[in-house]
Amino acid sequence: MAEVSITNVRKVYPGNVEAVKGVSIDIPDGGFCVLVGPSGCGKSTLLRMVAGLETITSGECRIGGRVVNEIEPSDRDIAMVFQNYALYPHMSVYDNMAYGLRNRGTPKDEIERRVQEASKILGIESFLERRPRQLSGGQRQRVAMGRAIVRKPQVFLFDEPLSNLDAKLRVQMRVEIKKLQRALGVTSIYVTHDQVEAMTLSDKLVVMSAGRVEQMGLPNEVYRKPASRFVATFIGSPPMNIARGVVRGKGAVSIGDVVLPVADMAADLVPGAAIEVGLRPEDLIVTPNGSLTMAVDFIEELGATQLFHGMLGGAALVIQAASGLVPADSKTLNLSIDPAKVHLFDLETGMRRGL
Amino acid sequence: MNKTATFKGYLIPALLLAPQLAITLVFFYWPASQAVWQSFLVQDAFGTSTEFVWFENYKELFSKPDYYKALWNTLVFSTLVTSFSLSIALLLAVMADRQIRGYQVYTTLLIWPYAVAPAIAGVLWMFMFNPSLGIMAKGLRSVGYDWNPLLNGNQAMALVVMAAVWKQISYNFLFFLAGLQAIPKSVIEAATIDGARPMRRFWTIIFPLLSPTTFFLLVVNVVYVFFDTFGIIDTITGGGPSKATETLVYKVYSDGKGGADLGGSAAQSVILLFIVICLTAIQFRYIERKVTY
Repeated sequence: MAEVSITNVRKVYPGNVEAVKGVSIDIPDGGFCVLVGPSGCGKSTLLRMVAGLETITSGECRIGGRVVNEIEPSDRDIAMVFQNYALYPHMSVYDNMAYGLRNRGTPKDEIERRVQEASKILGIESFLERRPRQLSGGQRQRVAMGRAIVRKPQVFLFDEPLSNLDAKLRVQMRVEIKKLQRALGVTSIYVTHDQVEAMTLSDKLVVMSAGRVEQMGLPNEVYRKPASRFVATFIGSPPMNIARGVVRGKGAVSIGDVVLPVADMAADLVPGAAIEVGLRPEDLIVTPNGSLTMAVDFIEELGATQLFHGMLGGAALVIQAASGLVPADSKTLNLSIDPAKVHLFDLETGMRRGL
Repeated sequence: MNKTATFKGYLIPALLLAPQLAITLVFFYWPASQAVWQSFLVQDAFGTSTEFVWFENYKELFSKPDYYKALWNTLVFSTLVTSFSLSIALLLAVMADRQIRGYQVYTTLLIWPYAVAPAIAGVLWMFMFNPSLGIMAKGLRSVGYDWNPLLNGNQAMALVVMAAVWKQISYNFLFFLAGLQAIPKSVIEAATIDGARPMRRFWTIIFPLLSPTTFFLLVVNVVYVFFDTFGIIDTITGGGPSKATETLVYKVYSDGKGGADLGGSAAQSVILLFIVICLTAIQFRYIERKVTY
């Protein structure tokens, strides 16, 4: 068990391409940190630097207090789960799991005990003798997990481990990974581009964009108080509505001719200033006496919820409501919103303009 | 997955197969059956009388020590050429795979020897190592080594082996490099994290994953050594000195053309054909099963 601290880490590739532009993250012992961002944001590069598969251009990476910049991947006491599982195709499941232990000269009976233990946890005891190609995607994923846990490393690194699974299995494995990490208490860093995985798994969520950390914190904190328009639209599904608006005075903005009350508003915003207003689809509540009127274009049925697409004050808007609450043939909806749930972002920088 | 294509009727499949079948028929089955037929015949030196003798040619072959000598030479020659050309090519491919600077230039240069015709490669090596003219021979003599492949059978063998290996390395290199590049990078990385040092990584991960390529090359190389090295041997040593470099395929030629023993030569080529068919069958049947994963 160990804490991981990344301090001002940069990665510059030949040709002066800066993939990671000075990132600092501290992950407490036993923490589950998820790095999320669009492809090319540097999240995988950062993970690979912690693993030792990429060199660190500048900055420092510590695992359990020890600076590991110059330490070989094999000596960092980490285990990694890869997107394509990276199982050894010519070895049985048992040998796949035992390989790392054999390389470290673990006694045979100890290897046997640990592999049995890990395979019991993961429910793969019945196919220890099989080759990876004889397994389904979900089973391979479990073997990859097994290979990581038999070593009892200080840190688990996950590089988009669920991306190759189908949607249903992904949800199932997500829950299992979370449970497993809780049970073992091993510090974990998990890279994904899937914001649902990021929200559900993390106790520290790091949103990255273009080689920088956009925001980090508890997942709920990031969701409720996005630091920028990028984070606001990246985290959450369906994404937050962003509409062009105008400051109307202290605690009020307008979108077209619709005026909204705002609780969280920077003091230096002057009336008449252009601003971006962010509204989460589920924060807009349909009530008969709502003061905002939305013209409905069409409805998407998701089963448990419905998405209403329409226009509010000249801006496109999506709202989400539990199925059955609103008649499906509604042409207009009356909406209200908690002033605390209206987000303001700077037009140019995209940064949050809250208190 | 269903790999069989569905055709209506037989005409289109037959037409699609026809060119390949025609070529195989004209250039393989016909001459091969001619050779089998010829191997049962004895002709006098002037071709005036022909006698059908059943297996007489074969019996005579196996009663002569120089046939066993050629068999032994072939064995030595093929073992040396195959093992050297495979291992050197693998070493070069592993180094090229590390993506050193100028890797493409390096790769292209390594491929060139394959474009050289065997006879030209043979002449090249013959001149380089010719005891009176060769620059390499001069070098060897200047360090005190008594180099004379025209008289020394082992040196002659070493020379043809070198030429044959040099010629085949580029082919093997290409396939090994492709094989190495097909190994997922993440598997190597997983092994690195699993604590395997480079040498161990090579022998426990890379080499086993490369085994389908190695196996394929083994088959191709054995066939190459058995047949395609004729030009090299002919230009460098002509089978000499005193038949020290006479392999089976060379003996077919020298007995048939030089010795005018068409029946004996045909019998040899039938045996040679049989040996190669057996080797290939054994390789596919027994070794291939172990190398697929």
